[in-house]
Amino acid sequence: MYDTSHHRQETAVTDVKIKAKDVQVYYGDNHAIKDVSVEIENNTVTAFIGPSGCGKSTFLRCLNRMNDTIDICRVEGDILIDGNDIYDKRVDPVQLRAKVGMVFQKPNPFPKSIYDNIAYGPRIHGMARNKAELDEIVERALRRGAIWDEVKDRLNAPGTGLSGGQQQRLCIARAVATEPEVLLMDEPCSALDPIATAQVEELIDELRQNYAVVIVTHSMQQAARVSQKTAFFHLGNLVEYDDTSKIFTNPEDSRTESYITGRIG
Amino acid sequence: MTNASMDSAPMKGSLTTVDARTKKRNAAEKRFRLYGIVAILIGLFFLVVLAVSILRSGIPAFTQAEVRLEFTMTQEQFDDAESQLLKTKAYQDLFIAALQSELEAKGLDVEFDGEAIERLLGKTGSTIREYFKENPDQIGTPVTFNLAASSRVDGYFKGRVSRDTLVDSRFLEVSDLDLVDALADAGIIVQAFNWNFITGSDSGVDNPGGAGIGVSVIGSFFMMLVVLALSLPIGVAASIYLEEFAPQNWFTDLIEVNISNLAAVPSIVFGILGLAVFIQFMHLPQSAPLVGGLVLTLMTLPTIIISTRASLKAVPPSIREAALGVGASKMQTVFHHVLPLAAPGILTGTIIGLAQALGETAPLLLIGMVGFIARAYPEGVVSGFIDPNSAMPAQIYTWAARADAGFYEKAWGGIIILLIFLLTMNLIAIILRRRFERRW
Repeated sequence: MYDTSHHRQETAVTDVKIKAKDVQVYYGDNHAIKDVSVEIENNTVTAFIGPSGCGKSTFLRCLNRMNDTIDICRVEGDILIDGNDIYDKRVDPVQLRAKVGMVFQKPNPFPKSIYDNIAYGPRIHGMARNKAELDEIVERALRRGAIWDEVKDRLNAPGTGLSGGQQQRLCIARAVATEPEVLLMDEPCSALDPIATAQVEELIDELRQNYAVVIVTHSMQQAARVSQKTAFFHLGNLVEYDDTSKIFTNPEDSRTESYITGRIG
Repeated sequence: MTNASMDSAPMKGSLTTVDARTKKRNAAEKRFRLYGIVAILIGLFFLVVLAVSILRSGIPAFTQAEVRLEFTMTQEQFDDAESQLLKTKAYQDLFIAALQSELEAKGLDVEFDGEAIERLLGKTGSTIREYFKENPDQIGTPVTFNLAASSRVDGYFKGRVSRDTLVDSRFLEVSDLDLVDALADAGIIVQAFNWNFITGSDSGVDNPGGAGIGVSVIGSFFMMLVVLALSLPIGVAASIYLEEFAPQNWFTDLIEVNISNLAAVPSIVFGILGLAVFIQFMHLPQSAPLVGGLVLTLMTLPTIIISTRASLKAVPPSIREAALGVGASKMQTVFHHVLPLAAPGILTGTIIGLAQALGETAPLLLIGMVGFIARAYPEGVVSGFIDPNSAMPAQIYTWAARADAGFYEKAWGGIIILLIFLLTMNLIAIILRRRFERRW
């Protein structure tokens, strides 16, 4: 883990964190993702947009092999993180998921205390040698999740007792507590009100300093606000992938234009 | 068409007057509520009838008519009786003399002989002799003897036997009832709480008064230990594997269908299976609670597996995703997050399964755990598992099948004891559920 962080600092300027090539995903007979090739950069927020059922969430879940838990799901093609194929037989998905954190659509804190929610990941990965170290990790994660000030006095209160926006920031803090290198977010604001959304978006922008962030969103305004790169998916195809400013002002593909102007989707 | 629908539109008219359609709907709702209340009342009625009849028939089993007589044995009397040829007869004569003087002291004069006393109280002579032989230091001091009256005398007090219906037999003659009445007037025969019913063992077919359920309670207890120790770990492990780890294919589908089918297999089938496999093939001891427990485990497993799988399914998938998302392994996910959330449901299912097993009779009869086996307490833990014993429901069945009306009463009493155990188990289930349920 220390080695990779060292490596990350060295190549922090332009490098490609995730490289996907000709990825196909099948749910049984249904061909859900077709020939997707994409390069996701480090220290960048990449947004996946597209109409419902276009495969953007499915593709996101390929990046930390969350689809492994679905029996009928089959993934073909190459997905490389730092040049390593994550679908290689030698890769343990458990180790991968510690490296590629994930935040889900609905806030899903464990029915445990706020402290235990954060401490769970570091505990199972053996990241702390003692209680003091663990306390430090928990505080750092909660600060990065921009929720420390709100919960520092009630770390033993149940995580499920927080408001929706606080719960989602707690989940983000939980995801960053294991020191991942990539953070995947699957519509993290769809269950939140505008104020909580603004807080989480601000947080996403800060997280960009340390991680490659990939966010799936239904809101084009959100994609425009938080991302530097945007990928537009349609019917399982990656239609267009470019700088966010270009996608929203001067898209190359007519389907992209139709979508962002509200004519399809 | 447009016109017609416009005419009947409910929009017209004032809000304060109820139109015909709304009236109809409200009436339908009222009727439906009434049906519901009637259904509940019918259920409650039967419950009350059941409870009342069980209590009315069963409560008498907990009391027993007994003769209470203070008796002083002098050293001369003891030596004299011991020197005779018919020793117990001598003791019985002493007892009769004491009883007579007690009656005379109360101003009652009844004629009776040793045979009548034997019909009423059994072998009083040998009881007294055994007592003083065991406690020679009690000779010379007054001792109160509590002697259980025979089943028919007991029945006379409980209304089971009356002067009109009694036919003279070696068990009781109509003339004996005069003596019984006199003894009752003198306060010598009293109704006492029948501890022997709770702590005792099964008795012979002609002695319902001496029958107790204690030994079969112990038999049931050891059986439940076997069932709990086997069915909980096996059932929970099987459900976790099937629910969380097993791939979805035709084979696991087949297993699933078979588990559901097993839950519906009549219990007597499990009994004959136990007889064939555990006793005839594996040569485990007959009538042993161990074998009973094994058979009941087979029966309880489907119940536990089904309820455990249901409670595992009820844990929201978002919790699993959350755990997997921070890099927990499948097993860590299950044991750290899913299982604790499913625990209340698993516990409830287990206790309900155990309660079912506790009330099961048919398979026990097939493997020989019939009531009359329960004659003595096991001598230790090991013998508790492997010595022949009965279980509560089998004991009740055996009593109910016997001719003497006294046993019928015992059967009802046994049902009360069984129900107390079942209610206690359900109460424990509720308490555990409350305790372990996450409040957030």
